[in-house]
Amino acid sequence: MHINSPRFRPSRRGFLLGSGALAVGLSVSTRFARSEEEKKLNFYNWDTYIGETTLADFQKETGIEVKMDLFADNDELFAKLKEGNPGYDVIVPTNDNLERMILAGMIMPLDHSKIPNMSNIDEPFKDATFDPGRKHSVPYMWGTLGIGYRKSKIEGAVDSWKIVLDEPKYAGRISLLGDAANVIGAALKYLGYSFNSISPDELKKAEEILIANKKNIKVYADDNGQDLLVSGEVDLAQEWNGDILQVMGDDQDIGYAVPTEGSLLWQDTLAIPKGAPHPENAHAFINFILNGEVGAKIAETIQYATPNAAAKKLMSKEYLDNPAIFPPPEVIAKCEAGIYVGEEGTRLRDEAWTRITAA
Amino acid sequence: MESWRKNPAVFWILASPGTFWLIAFFLLPLALIWLMSFGEKTSITAYEVTGTLSNYLRSFSPVYLQILWKSIWISAVATVICLVIAYPIAFGIVFAPARWKPLLLLLVILPFWINLLIRTYALIAVFRTRGYLNFTLEWLWSGAKWLLTPIGLGGFFNERFVPYEMLYNNGAVIAGLVYVFVPFMVLPLYATIDRLDRSYLEASLDLGASQSTTFFRVTVPMTMPGIISGIILVFIPCLGSFLTPDLLGGTNATMIGNIIERQFKAANDWPFGAALSFLLMYATFGALALRALFAKRSRGVDI
Repeated sequence: MHINSPRFRPSRRGFLLGSGALAVGLSVSTRFARSEEEKKLNFYNWDTYIGETTLADFQKETGIEVKMDLFADNDELFAKLKEGNPGYDVIVPTNDNLERMILAGMIMPLDHSKIPNMSNIDEPFKDATFDPGRKHSVPYMWGTLGIGYRKSKIEGAVDSWKIVLDEPKYAGRISLLGDAANVIGAALKYLGYSFNSISPDELKKAEEILIANKKNIKVYADDNGQDLLVSGEVDLAQEWNGDILQVMGDDQDIGYAVPTEGSLLWQDTLAIPKGAPHPENAHAFINFILNGEVGAKIAETIQYATPNAAAKKLMSKEYLDNPAIFPPPEVIAKCEAGIYVGEEGTRLRDEAWTRITAA
Repeated sequence: MESWRKNPAVFWILASPGTFWLIAFFLLPLALIWLMSFGEKTSITAYEVTGTLSNYLRSFSPVYLQILWKSIWISAVATVICLVIAYPIAFGIVFAPARWKPLLLLLVILPFWINLLIRTYALIAVFRTRGYLNFTLEWLWSGAKWLLTPIGLGGFFNERFVPYEMLYNNGAVIAGLVYVFVPFMVLPLYATIDRLDRSYLEASLDLGASQSTTFFRVTVPMTMPGIISGIILVFIPCLGSFLTPDLLGGTNATMIGNIIERQFKAANDWPFGAALSFLLMYATFGALALRALFAKRSRGVDI
């Protein structure tokens, strides 16, 4: 190309020829996609949720180029794929959303023979209630829902949901999450019920306690409780462990605890949505992620708990001993995985949440 | 210009892209949502149009009406504040020297160059307990304390400055809405005031009316179409907003827009969300009909 010539510019005809070639190229690539997949993969992931070089390393090893799009929450992921897969090969749904997507027939079964690294998965994660036999998904990262707090402003231990749900002492300095399932779930757990309960009686009691103590809550924060903690807007925030961990590094005064009544144990999974244009590459990618070294590099970057035994072996003691990443086993034992509660259950929860926010 | 009737082919050629756009990307999706509002969910991802009215009946239950009512008054307060702020601004721009006008209008629309989400987060940084506004107030407060204590007025001051809690309440939501929507009020007002025949104002003043009488009995009635347009342009999007109450509002800041958003996302109940959306649409149509009625009656400046 005559880069140095200041007079160079593409002629209109040249442009038309170029776009014609592009169109031909597209149709050719779709025609041959069936027999041999093009070296491409569309990955739909959460923001800041992959290792720094993972995608580049994958391309180096397999020649497959990964294009990553980001979603902000499970609802966005679900809404995007609800009316048909727009072209994603690998997605990262959380367990209850995955369960809903499997039930809706949106997820392709995995071919385990193409994912030999599944043997690296830690024993407790080899099977899952929301995906029996791991037919549709592999675990990616896991964590807990708990309470982030400013150590210098809180007296005593943060060990119960009571401190944020039923305690006027810290009135006006508390934030809860901004969605029905997690706020109501925490109240249910505090009352000794299941996090996933949709019994109208139990929901009613949870609703009552949330409404009665609403005056203590400053804000229902949509997943920015960690920012509120850092800026001093609140001293107690119901949040995901990973979000609090991100700010604990910069602010030594912030702590994280999972209440002893138990909480939600979440698991993000890798799955292939139906209609994925490159299923072969998707299997190769999932297998790559489950490699011990790759998994360790990801965990090092994003600081979530890895369900990969091979990766865990390579991790530092500091990471493995961090109670905000791996809570004590007796607390974990009280935690529950979120389940898909059905459309009627979702509606009951949503209506309770509407009444709580309108009260 | 010759009438389009004489040359219908040219008319249709010119009109077809716009018509196509309107039908394919506005009327058709809207019709689908309208049909959906008479539907029922049949599975996680599917729904069926059964002609049921249950979604509308459900949206008339007290809790939703309460939220709708709250959305209406919050939007109304925000609209009135917008009007009070925007009228002098529009007036100022009209009567500013001609060479300043483009710059002033540019300043009015400048915020649109920044994404709404970022502007709202910026508001949080301004209003929060340890935000810029409280920093400024604290600075003024300590200045005043330093000045007044020597003359014996130090007793009015606490030991330490207590920051104001300005975020996470209805006031913050209204402030956020006003901040976002003021330009929508300024522009139609500017358009009408600019075309106002100033000889009427002179006549009124010459005939002995005071400035305020002239303003309320001549200027305001003659700019009424602009005021109504501005009110509609601000009130309707306020009514449907969900981002501002979400980020700035407190624990009871839910507006009808939030409920609708949730039906299309977390609650996964599109038919109900569609019915709620159309309730808002009907309210909008009502407002537009009202505007048409006013426009017919008013003898003000047309825009």
